[in-house]
Amino acid sequence: MQTVKMVVTGAFNSGKTKFVQTVSEIDVVNTERKVTSVEEKIKAQTTVAMDFGRITVDNELVLYLFGTPGQKRFDFMWEILSEGMLGFIIMVDSTRPETFRETRTILETFRAYAPTPFVVAANKQDLEDAWEVDDIRIALRLDPNIKIISCSSIDKRDVKEVLLQLLNTILIELS
Amino acid sequence: MALKGNLKDFSITQLLNLVNLAKKTGTLIIKGSKNSARVTFREGKLVFAELSGQRSDIGTILYKNKIISTAQFNTLDKRASNMSDKELGLLLINSGYVTQQEIISSLQTQFIGIIQQLFNWADGLFHFISGADIPDDKIPVRVNLENIIMESSRRIQELENLKDELPDLNLSLKFTDRPGVNLKNINLSAVEWRVVSFINPKNSIKQIGKATKLSDIEIRRIVYGLLQAGLIELVRLETKERTLPRLDQALPGKTKEEQKNLVNRLITRIRSI
Repeated sequence: MQTVKMVVTGAFNSGKTKFVQTVSEIDVVNTERKVTSVEEKIKAQTTVAMDFGRITVDNELVLYLFGTPGQKRFDFMWEILSEGMLGFIIMVDSTRPETFRETRTILETFRAYAPTPFVVAANKQDLEDAWEVDDIRIALRLDPNIKIISCSSIDKRDVKEVLLQLLNTILIELS
Repeated sequence: MALKGNLKDFSITQLLNLVNLAKKTGTLIIKGSKNSARVTFREGKLVFAELSGQRSDIGTILYKNKIISTAQFNTLDKRASNMSDKELGLLLINSGYVTQQEIISSLQTQFIGIIQQLFNWADGLFHFISGADIPDDKIPVRVNLENIIMESSRRIQELENLKDELPDLNLSLKFTDRPGVNLKNINLSAVEWRVVSFINPKNSIKQIGKATKLSDIEIRRIVYGLLQAGLIELVRLETKERTLPRLDQALPGKTKEEQKNLVNRLITRIRSI
């Protein structure tokens, strides 16, 4: 049995857990705990170790999806989770510009762990307050060749599209 | 789609950078603690700005810029208060009181002054109304934003802010290949030019700081300004050795063809979900 791994990362409450849940064929193994800080106002529970999802490709190949904890105090998990990853997805909450700076930092941190391909998922694009994808690209200072995909992590089609875009980027890198 | 938030999370410098790079047309409304501002852009250029509680008629602006005398201003204020800025501007030009260039320069000074005041607003709700233009009776000008952004960056004193914006001095820099941007049109100081002369993907920001004898905060401030003005971008330092794990090491399979085949199997499976 061969296994490959992708990592879903991003700032607090960017939608990583939901992303993994939406596409995983198993109930996501998550390690959510009650939020104990000012961020409590935003959501009640947060991932403290990882989210773990699985997609079986065939009898010989399985794809694992790992969602990282979003809170900075759990960032010691990031390097562990990034080991051996095929690529990674950076989730950004399109409705909260206050998280853009942190998203940039997370992106740079993951790029330093491994020069593997990645895409940016501009999440919560279904919400009224969402910034346009092109504006988020500038705010995150993304190169024009980095893919940024409009997404709502509760929509399976969107999640599939993000994964497919990452896999296509990986294919191009292999060529 | 919204472009809204709070200046404490997304500063006026970053907003101007966004408007400039995206060549946006529309009006930015900012509600500060004491008053509000209205700033209009066309294709990424500043065309109009006004602050609530401040007179923004052409007579007042010309008077503030010492183009007309106090007596002339008082006369205009009494007799021409019902005229639009465009009508009054034309009348003054045709009467030989002012030139078109004096009007344009005065408006530019006024609008840039308002933007400079906005740089001091640390807090304030903003939203951008795409496509919204200036009131019909107002006179638009065109001001490039790069110089204004550079000027604002020179004012940033807080080390913490700069560290957040530019945490890693081991990154290197390269010039953007944005069409229409010419460094010669930007007003750079001598020390900024010195930094620019060292910009190369092979030099880290730290190395440039050393070569130009600048402290970490000084080099951060200059690089931040050049970044926000859209003149340069960050890149990873070019090194010969790459010790990080590569993509092919993360993929099972001995040959590239086997690895591509594996990725294609993943793509087929994801499509079928």
